Amino acid sequence: MKILVCISKTPDTTAKIAFTDNNTKFDAAGVQWIINPNDEYYALVRAIELKEADPATIIHLINVGGADSDAIIRKALALGGDEAIRVNAENLDSFGIATQIAQVAKENNYDLIFLGKETIDYNGSAVGGMVAELLDLPYISLATKFELNGTTATVTREIEGGEEVCEVSLPVVVSCNKGMAEQRIPNMRGIMAARTKPLKVVEPAVSDALTEVAAFSLPPAKAGVKLVDADNVQELVRLLHEEAKVI
Amino acid sequence: MSVLIFIDINEEGAVKKTSLEVLTYGARLAQQLGVPAEGLVLAPVKEDLAALGKYGVQTIHQVQNEALAHFDAQVYTKAIAQVAEKTGATVILFSNNTDGKALAPRLSARLKAGLVSGAVALPETANDFVVRKSVFSGKAFADVKITTSIKIITLNPNSFTIEAGAGTATVAPAEVTADLPKVKTVSVNRQSAEVPLAEAERVVSGGRGMKGPENWGILEDLAKALNAALACSRPVADAHWRPHNEHVGQTGGAIAPNLYLAIGISGAIQHLAGVNRSKVIVVINKDPEAPFFKAADYGIVGDLFEVVPKLTAAIKQLKG
Ligand SMILES: Cc1cc2nc3c(=O)[nH]c(=O)nc-3n(C[C@H](O)[C@H](O)[C@H](O)COP(=O)(O)OP(=O)(O)OC[C@H]3O[C@@H](n4cnc5c(N)ncnc54)[C@H](O)[C@@H]3O)c2cc1C
Repeated sequence: MKILVCISKTPDTTAKIAFTDNNTKFDAAGVQWIINPNDEYYALVRAIELKEADPATIIHLINVGGADSDAIIRKALALGGDEAIRVNAENLDSFGIATQIAQVAKENNYDLIFLGKETIDYNGSAVGGMVAELLDLPYISLATKFELNGTTATVTREIEGGEEVCEVSLPVVVSCNKGMAEQRIPNMRGIMAARTKPLKVVEPAVSDALTEVAAFSLPPAKAGVKLVDADNVQELVRLLHEEAKVI
Repeated sequence: MSVLIFIDINEEGAVKKTSLEVLTYGARLAQQLGVPAEGLVLAPVKEDLAALGKYGVQTIHQVQNEALAHFDAQVYTKAIAQVAEKTGATVILFSNNTDGKALAPRLSARLKAGLVSGAVALPETANDFVVRKSVFSGKAFADVKITTSIKIITLNPNSFTIEAGAGTATVAPAEVTADLPKVKTVSVNRQSAEVPLAEAERVVSGGRGMKGPENWGILEDLAKALNAALACSRPVADAHWRPHNEHVGQTGGAIAPNLYLAIGISGAIQHLAGVNRSKVIVVINKDPEAPFFKAADYGIVGDLFEVVPKLTAAIKQLKG
């Protein structure tokens, strides 16, 4: 069993969101970078669990990014990946990133490709579907459970107001959602082992961008909270009905 | 040239509410571009499709094919691509819901058509084709230019108001060749909730301040009085007080209801990331320093166990 886990680098949740270059670029000054939580907690940890159940499993990590991704890639290796591939390309759109991942996947014949349901910065939820289409593979999005029985996977996925259980033969691309696995903390042994695990840097395949960011902006600031006395809930109901018009 | 709108059908054969939003959005965009707005239905449907004309679409292409009886992103994508090609669609629209999130990226890769997912407004089309989307978990917007001739957009639920006028659509049968799906649906398990969380206009949400699952009855009563869906913070779902699909926030679902009532939730940044696009936020918390008050429109500082039952009673009174 060979699994490819896609890892992206995102600003830490608590990072201040600001922009530079006339609001066209994210201001990375002083920002701490983390592995995208959906990639780490759900996709990577589930892959590690599958390897624990079957030690013959090989986990490759892939990141499309510059050398500043290496720190988060090492952390992912410390959690349990076997080796990592970084495609040396920056500032691509979702399609550009998917093209690079699909290229690597074509050369390595993975049984499973896992990624998080979306990145917490661009919130695209797009790369997984694109990779699946470029490889002409089935795609199960927003998976909350994943079980393997030989070469068949039973996957539970989120649907509006509930869930759906489906079955698919490998290979398959799966985007991972809460429920797949529980977050882990890398231990000292993992961190030491990660230092010697291979991190291969490859040059990108040619890819076209289909979109570009023209500008960023921040939402207007809130006017401030209107407090209502706890003994006067009628007043809150009146405000919601007459002023906010939401009930 | 046309705007093609993918119409989502639920298991009962009814059109999803989020599709009505996309139909309205698509009709407005088509008007802006001076091209026809057309719908596309792949799944078996029990509704009168011609009636969807009241949202502004002129034609609805209906595909009836056994292979499409169950949703499969791969098979559906090929079918949509065929209809898009036959009809000369230059803009293809989906809801940014679970199906849209699976289909739009596949179609984008297949057609090499630029995708903006999670749009929150109509595109700017005067010069370029620029679509505003929500990024950084609701903390900012990005205006994204699509540079390809075919453009794909998924619209965030609850970010566009449904408008219905008069009018009927022409329902035109469409033929596609479809493979058999590789993904087999084994079972569907729908929560009994009357209003699915992602589509809900009002949401009542509880945090660790609720103390335990046994206390959720007061929130259920409030939600019922408001015809609202229930949600919760992450520690609540982690402790299995509530099911995972109710967990909202950065690592849970992102929602944008008209009214979000946060009860016994501190308002950590990771929680806000999933709810900060709500139009009106009401916070009930006994701690006046709780960070949620900074993001709220209305608030009550008080013990939720006293405030919530009174609030439910007052709402019932209002509704008569
Ligand atoms: C990477 C990452 C991702 C995360 N993702 C999410 C996410 O998606 N969603 C999410 O919610 N969290 C998420 N978290 C966790 C988040 O940081 C907070 O820990 C969490 O939101 C706190 O939940 P809470 O407000 O219910 O609980 P608490 O922080 O314990 O707050 C409980 C609140 O209840 C109030 N209270 C207590 N008793 C009463 C009473 N009787 N009456 C009125 N008020 C009362 C208290 O004053 C307090 O403000 C994430 C954290 C990390 C690190």
